[in-house]
Amino acid sequence: MNRNLVQRLGFGLLSTVAFLTVLPILLILGYIITQGAPAISWEFITAMPYGGMRSGGIWPAIVGTFYLTVGTAIFSVPLGVAAAIYLSEYAADNTLTRIIRLAIINLSGIPSVVYGLFGLGLFVFFLKFGTSILSASLTLSIMTLPVIISTSEEALRAVPQAFRTVSISVGATRWQTIRRIVLPEALPGIITGIILGLNRAAGETAPILFTGAAFFLPRLPGSPFDATMALPYHLFVISTQIPEMPFQIQYGTALVLITFVLTMNMLANFIRSRARARRQW
Amino acid sequence: MEKDLSLGEFIITRLIKASGYSAIVFVTLIFYFLLREGLPTLGEVELGNLFSTRWYPIESYYGILPLISGSLIVTIGAAMVAIPFGVGTAIFIAEIAPRWAREILKPLVELLGGLPSVVLGFLGILVLAPNLRILLDLPTGLTALAGSLLLGAISIPTVVSVAEDALDSVPRSYRDAALALGATRWQTIWRVTLPAARSGVLTAIMLGVGRAIGETMTVMMVTGNAPVLATSLASLFSPVRTMTATIAAEMGEVASGSVHYHTLFFIGMVLFIISLIVNVTASSVVFRQKKRAERVLS
Amino acid sequence: MKKQLFATILLFLMLLSLNACADTPAQAAAKSGDAVYIENKGSDTMVNLALAWAERYQDLRQDVRISVTGGGSGTGIAALLNNTVDLANASRQIKNEEIDKARANGTEPIEFVVARDAIAVIVHPDNPVNALTLEQLSDIYSGKISNWNEVGGEDRPIVRLSRETNSGTHVYFLEVVLRLGQSDNKTLFAQNTLLLPSSEGIIHEVRQNPNAIGYDGLGYVPHDLKVLAVADVNSSVYVRPSIETVNTGTYPIARDLYIYTAGQPTGVVKEYLDWLFSEEAQTIVADLGFVPVDKPHYP
Repeated sequence: MNRNLVQRLGFGLLSTVAFLTVLPILLILGYIITQGAPAISWEFITAMPYGGMRSGGIWPAIVGTFYLTVGTAIFSVPLGVAAAIYLSEYAADNTLTRIIRLAIINLSGIPSVVYGLFGLGLFVFFLKFGTSILSASLTLSIMTLPVIISTSEEALRAVPQAFRTVSISVGATRWQTIRRIVLPEALPGIITGIILGLNRAAGETAPILFTGAAFFLPRLPGSPFDATMALPYHLFVISTQIPEMPFQIQYGTALVLITFVLTMNMLANFIRSRARARRQW
Repeated sequence: MEKDLSLGEFIITRLIKASGYSAIVFVTLIFYFLLREGLPTLGEVELGNLFSTRWYPIESYYGILPLISGSLIVTIGAAMVAIPFGVGTAIFIAEIAPRWAREILKPLVELLGGLPSVVLGFLGILVLAPNLRILLDLPTGLTALAGSLLLGAISIPTVVSVAEDALDSVPRSYRDAALALGATRWQTIWRVTLPAARSGVLTAIMLGVGRAIGETMTVMMVTGNAPVLATSLASLFSPVRTMTATIAAEMGEVASGSVHYHTLFFIGMVLFIISLIVNVTASSVVFRQKKRAERVLS
Repeated sequence: MKKQLFATILLFLMLLSLNACADTPAQAAAKSGDAVYIENKGSDTMVNLALAWAERYQDLRQDVRISVTGGGSGTGIAALLNNTVDLANASRQIKNEEIDKARANGTEPIEFVVARDAIAVIVHPDNPVNALTLEQLSDIYSGKISNWNEVGGEDRPIVRLSRETNSGTHVYFLEVVLRLGQSDNKTLFAQNTLLLPSSEGIIHEVRQNPNAIGYDGLGYVPHDLKVLAVADVNSSVYVRPSIETVNTGTYPIARDLYIYTAGQPTGVVKEYLDWLFSEEAQTIVADLGFVPVDKPHYP
């Protein structure tokens, strides 16, 4: 009886803890949605800001975030997926591989602002790319690399070994096996990883702070050597830098940002769970 | 097996191998650049100045102790939030929750992980800090505590997902044995499952803490950024300045190559080394656990 | 799906190849013959003024596009020295080291005083304190006075708010208020002074915190905050900041606002600078709560 009481108390406590953990998430979402929704309109999404950014829209920030995400993808997807293929298909279980894994774990733990420093030192100053989309994309790429590598590797490893054995036994080369058999099977998992990685990049501010973010641009960036506005940095700017900024625009921007990020998250989860459900092996 | 050495395959294999090493290249490159730009500080700033308690770079006071202590106190506070809530939620999800609750809880916690830190900082300024001031009767709400609460929230998803994995990977048979011996589910969790998953849970906590130390925008927006040496937990209730916020706030201003520039890279180097230690330790815990699992299996 | 992705990548690569040299935008555009871009960066105090100017000027001149970025005076000057902007806004004068650095890069920074600014000391509207002397302000910010009841207010702790150290306002406040304009005075801000990354941060905190004291460019201060009257050293006359008191020199905490160029400005950049001293541009100055300057202040 006593034991059961303890158990009931314990379970009660833990469920309260879990409830208290998710409650703020719901409150945050609900708050931003209710405060931000009135600001959302076609104009808010597609217009340039004017009047010292206190009116008009956030179009350049949206476009900027899109450019940065695409730029990040260009560099990090091929590199990350190739690295994952190496780790799952080629790498032997030796010290070198262990060092690579350790390096990946370390990359994933480096603070985002340190990536910003690195990007400033290497891309902006040393390679003279300036404060630009290019510098920011490269910085974000390296930051997203560990996410893409580890999720893709997991997806590749989940493809049963028998697939490879059969393919090679009918005369395919190793690369043919990877390209025709393993990659297509692992694709949903890889795409999920790519989305999660790029999503993290899209929401980050600190790495682009010194490498590519602009406070206000009267035009859309015209080349990868231009600086750009970006949604998260724009939210930082309008919530801390502009006097008498209407709250609606701030919450509206926050709402657009989380809608973007959360949609991507849900998409990733959807692809993952659909692939799991379809899996026949 | 026939070895096809056609040129295309040869090149692709080479490219893949080269990409495989990229992570090592980047970590080395990052560390190299931090050293290159950070180490000159040791020649330019006297050690007594560098390890003093005043940070005021425009007058050449480069004491980084307040910044380190600021990062520490915020991180300790964040751990006090993230450990009970993160581990508690993980246990609940892995061991107790009925299936439907799990299906709701897991994506919700992942949502929290997906929220950009600027959004949390934004709400921190507008909602959290003013209410903390009134609630706790503080001089100002822009304190280490505000930062800790938000960083705790940011690290919770990491803690939950890693700890839950660790709990999941405890073999079913452990629990069955305990239950068969007459233990309640609660006793099984406390005496069997949790101890068996101990190292994984520890890893979860370390990774969560690592996430908290490195977080930038949120702390810059809500901790007040006053470079005061934090000496006790009481400092949670006053403003602090973290290493990350210092870099973010000051880097834009400095001329490249100046003493201040080098010192900010030096701080970046300290951050890098801290994250290196945290991650290497966390991953070695994982490795050890794996080895033990292999021993058990063989 | 695959084709779209490919097309996007191709587009990006094309953009990449479009511009391979790192000139400042005005230089680059002058080559290409398109609309001319002027890159303008620096002081947060001036960012709204610069934005308002830029918007008006772009209405007048469709062929000119001006981008404006804040970040602090030091940021702007650093960018000017690194040749990434055409105009640097600064709320403090350029330092000697910065001039040396510019010369080392082969350029000579040219200074224009484009407006003046009063720094207002602000408190919560419920704070009964209405006026302070410069000495009291210095004692508050250096930490000698830590309770409002020492300067005639309620028994409340004083929460000191300041801009970050990269702000020209911060440096100016240090020199003129904390050190009372004495060059041998080495007073520093109390260590527990909150360094907020922006003007808006200060205003937001003062608006909801009755313990707080802050300072900010007059152009930034909204009407729902209380602006304190300040008495100069050795004076018992308390003066509130306004265009008149700045121009007559009676308000003690006022300064010039600068724009710097790397070398003598030419082309559109020069035309834009000339326009800044027109009546139209200086009316914008007054509208935003800054103090207009009378005539072009060429060096």
